[in-house]
Amino acid sequence: MTDPLTPPKKKDPLVRTRAGHVPPGLRSRAAKAMAVRAGQGQFVLQTCNTTGQTTYPPRDRSPFTWDELTWQEQPRGAVIEAVTTIDATVDPFFREHLPWRVGSARLDAGPMAIVHLHGDVKQGDRVRMEIKLDRGGNPALFAMPEKETPNMADDPQLRVFTADPKLRRVLVTDGRGPVGQAVAQALLKAGAKTVYLGNADTLMRYPGQDRIEAIEGIEPVALNLTDTSSTQELAAQLGGKVEIVVNTAQFTRQSGVGFGGKLSDLQTGLETEVSGLMRLAQAFAPAMSGRSDDGVNSAAAFVDVASIHGLTGKSGFSGAAAAAAARLSLISGLRGEMAHTGIRVMSVLTGAIDDEWHQNVPPPKTAPVQIAKAVVEVLQKGQETICAGDVAKDILSRWQADPLLTIREENQ
Amino acid sequence: MAKQKSYDGAVVCAPVTVPYVRFSPETAHWWTGAALAELSRQTGLGPADFDGFCFASFSAVPDSVVGMVQHLGLSPRWMDHIPTGGASGVMALRRAARAVQAGDVDIVACVAADTNQIDSFRQTLAGFSRFSQDATYPYGFGGPNATFALITDNFMRQYGIGREDFAKLCVAQRDNALSNPTALMKKPLTHEQYMKARPISDPVHLFDCVMPCAGAEAFIVTTPEKAEELGLSTARIAGTIERHNAFAEDAVQTRGGWARDIDDLWQAAELGPQDMDMVQVYDDYPVIVAMQLADLGFCDKDKLPEFIAQNDFTISGSLPLNTNGGQLSAGQAGAAGGFQNVTEGLRQVLHCPLGDQVPDARHALVSGFGLVNYDRGVCTGAAVLTQEVLR
Amino acid sequence: MTQSVLVDLAAALASGQVRVVDLTNTLSPEFPVIVLPPEFGQCAPFRMEKVSRYDDNGPAWYWNNISMNEHTGTHFDAPAHWVTGKDLPSNTVDAIPAQDFMAPAVVIDISVESAADADFVVTRAFLENWEKENGTIPPGHWIALRTDWYKRVGTPEYLNLLEDGAHSPGPDASAVEFMVHDRNCVGLAVETVGTDAGQGFHFNPPLPAHSILHGNGRFGLQCLTNLDKLPTFGAIIVACPLKIEGGSGSPLRVVALIEGEGA
Repeated sequence: MTDPLTPPKKKDPLVRTRAGHVPPGLRSRAAKAMAVRAGQGQFVLQTCNTTGQTTYPPRDRSPFTWDELTWQEQPRGAVIEAVTTIDATVDPFFREHLPWRVGSARLDAGPMAIVHLHGDVKQGDRVRMEIKLDRGGNPALFAMPEKETPNMADDPQLRVFTADPKLRRVLVTDGRGPVGQAVAQALLKAGAKTVYLGNADTLMRYPGQDRIEAIEGIEPVALNLTDTSSTQELAAQLGGKVEIVVNTAQFTRQSGVGFGGKLSDLQTGLETEVSGLMRLAQAFAPAMSGRSDDGVNSAAAFVDVASIHGLTGKSGFSGAAAAAAARLSLISGLRGEMAHTGIRVMSVLTGAIDDEWHQNVPPPKTAPVQIAKAVVEVLQKGQETICAGDVAKDILSRWQADPLLTIREENQ
Repeated sequence: MAKQKSYDGAVVCAPVTVPYVRFSPETAHWWTGAALAELSRQTGLGPADFDGFCFASFSAVPDSVVGMVQHLGLSPRWMDHIPTGGASGVMALRRAARAVQAGDVDIVACVAADTNQIDSFRQTLAGFSRFSQDATYPYGFGGPNATFALITDNFMRQYGIGREDFAKLCVAQRDNALSNPTALMKKPLTHEQYMKARPISDPVHLFDCVMPCAGAEAFIVTTPEKAEELGLSTARIAGTIERHNAFAEDAVQTRGGWARDIDDLWQAAELGPQDMDMVQVYDDYPVIVAMQLADLGFCDKDKLPEFIAQNDFTISGSLPLNTNGGQLSAGQAGAAGGFQNVTEGLRQVLHCPLGDQVPDARHALVSGFGLVNYDRGVCTGAAVLTQEVLR
Repeated sequence: MTQSVLVDLAAALASGQVRVVDLTNTLSPEFPVIVLPPEFGQCAPFRMEKVSRYDDNGPAWYWNNISMNEHTGTHFDAPAHWVTGKDLPSNTVDAIPAQDFMAPAVVIDISVESAADADFVVTRAFLENWEKENGTIPPGHWIALRTDWYKRVGTPEYLNLLEDGAHSPGPDASAVEFMVHDRNCVGLAVETVGTDAGQGFHFNPPLPAHSILHGNGRFGLQCLTNLDKLPTFGAIIVACPLKIEGGSGSPLRVVALIEGEGA
């Protein structure tokens, strides 16, 4: 039984904030391959191409036949054979988190693994395995209770691997549109303490303003991602007390490339979505990084909501797709940087959003509430990538199977 | 399988222990040179005189045996690098003996040396192996303590062994260490102190853990003729075994490779456990001592509590165990920890111990266990050393 | 003779007898720009990115890259800005003779009416009435509408954009026709974000100020400040747009010379 999280006390100004170490980061290429799959919420292990037997730790050739190996989804059950509580370590990250419980797990998939243990798991238990990502973005087998236990998500060891919004303060960059508003409400419902809701032009009203700004826990803030000084001013005010950033800024206009493309739209799109993302990262990443191990409400995640068409391009929305592509690229770079500081960088991928800028795109489209749900889920699970809705899932799975074919399909 | 051929024509001599220190600013190269200098002092031989060199170390990176040969001015016609830590002593012994026996080499200096600089333990762990880097150390970074805690937790439950049983082994080894002037641990350890020690990674507590240190161990393998010429006392190798990655199917390690090959050892040696005057076993955590005693044929695992209760493991006892104090009390100097079972066993059968002498010692069982590559020790080996000529 | 005028002007400037009034708003990222329905292209606001500030990108120097629309901040509208002026000669900022950048101004104060009614419309009748009280608008002048609207900068009431569009004062077609054809003005100078009234799109013809002024080769000056500091007659406005090739307008520094209290 897990104690429910309690709100952290106000910071003692005389106490040095705990430095944001990350767990040891050296990994093999195979372990990194496991990480990227774990980052999408998969539970995968390698199987022998000849016999189908499963192997772990990550290998480069089958120990059964010396054939090559393939990552495959595996059953998630396991039994905990042995348990220990680590009380001493020479690693700076784990030293701050002692005692730390690990166990030997016999996976239903076959292999044996050393795993992190949820506080409600004990020796002999059947458990449900997940592959989490640690603060440095590396894969971590984590044994969860087989059945839901009270306050399960509040387990302190589990919370190291998630970016659960509960009790955290979140900046949602664009509250002027339906996506940001839906995201803000979903985060509050998931237990966020405060949602700072960005408004790019405080002199101009926006639809839903009175309703959203009246919600308890919403704090409207001036934030225009196309304006460096605006972004920096907000970071100067909030940088030290924002634990999660969710970038919902979008600028979508229909456009071709050689035909019907508007350079001024492209420019604004790039300013808003690409330069804006960099402004946001430069303003908030350093302060967040300094608080990545600051207790219950440690800074945890930087989430970017971008179009799945960043992977493929999109006929009729070429400029917006180009902005999304640049955004995904910047996010990858930021992920690499933030892995050293213990902040998870996440992508929420959307299909055409069901909004005023996709009026002539036929359904199914991605509803703002689906995006909001995905944002909460990606934070609670601590993933790196998540698809909001079926359209994005469909495109991502096609892209993973055959990138060039999917690019062709999406641009015809 | 055919019976192992004898090691006739090869003898072991000149055990060397360079006294350990907790932290050293020196390098593995320095410690290796110190061990060779002591061999030189005992034999009068210099760099040009050793035509064989067998080397084990973790902290010599980026050098292997090749770098060490040039660094220390050797020009061997046979050399080997043994990267197997706790199993390296037995493996060096076997390899050097066969090379001498075959005439590929006359006199082999077998050396294990490691330094222990501030923070080198953490750095060694962080990059120890591919599997540990991917799948063990990121899990709390308890190092070997955590890995062996899981093995111990399971072993205790499987075989009904308690901490009080391990206590007897550890307390006996500390008793043995008290006569060894080079042992790092110089104070007696009581049963109560052992039981009340703080947990490191339960059920592993403070006195179950070795103390990492710097040091070097060495011995010579050569022909009987050469040993006689040099005036060295000699032991012969009665039999050996070696096995790696045995019982991979066991979920948690409860046995090592010895269990698979032990009959071959006793058959080759034409001796049995009851003939051993002492055992020098790898002792990084008492659970491994207990596991070895069973796997080497001294008792069944489920009889371990009784076996431990019935025996006295001190130097004057019924089964002297790790008579220099073992790594638990003498210190663990990296790969040298895998050599000290050989050097100590050799000293006892050659009657030139660092501390107290096992009375009338003629046969020593030395056993190595090395390299926790992932969740268990992968490398195992054992050898029986028998007194031949005392000079 | 010419020399003597400038010598006198220099002396008057030195003595304070002629004062310079800044009619320009500060260019900043926050300064509002005109808002069109979202499906149209939009006016880019002022943006500034630091290139270096005595740092690793330039240890001893400070400078910024800036970007904006031609119609951002206090700005000048050239005839080519509007479709009605597209075929006129010298209709872009680079082609307008420099002589045209300095001209006297007449200031028509509609601040009271504008305060009472944000949609106050200046008509020909209003102007004719104003002339009866203040005197005839001379030819070759900027006609400046003082609304005190500049005092609203930094508040939503500046653009005053409600669900039915913007609400700010401006002229109707009859007034603009009067200014252009009857009074031969240089242009129309305003404190609001455009020369047209906020609701000017709904006038007949739509946006009469833009349409008629630029169709007749006249200029616009928008987003001015401090028109309340100018006399009704006697000020000279200096408004030199950037020499942008083919430019439809330009942000600029606008000043007025007025006779002051000096010696």
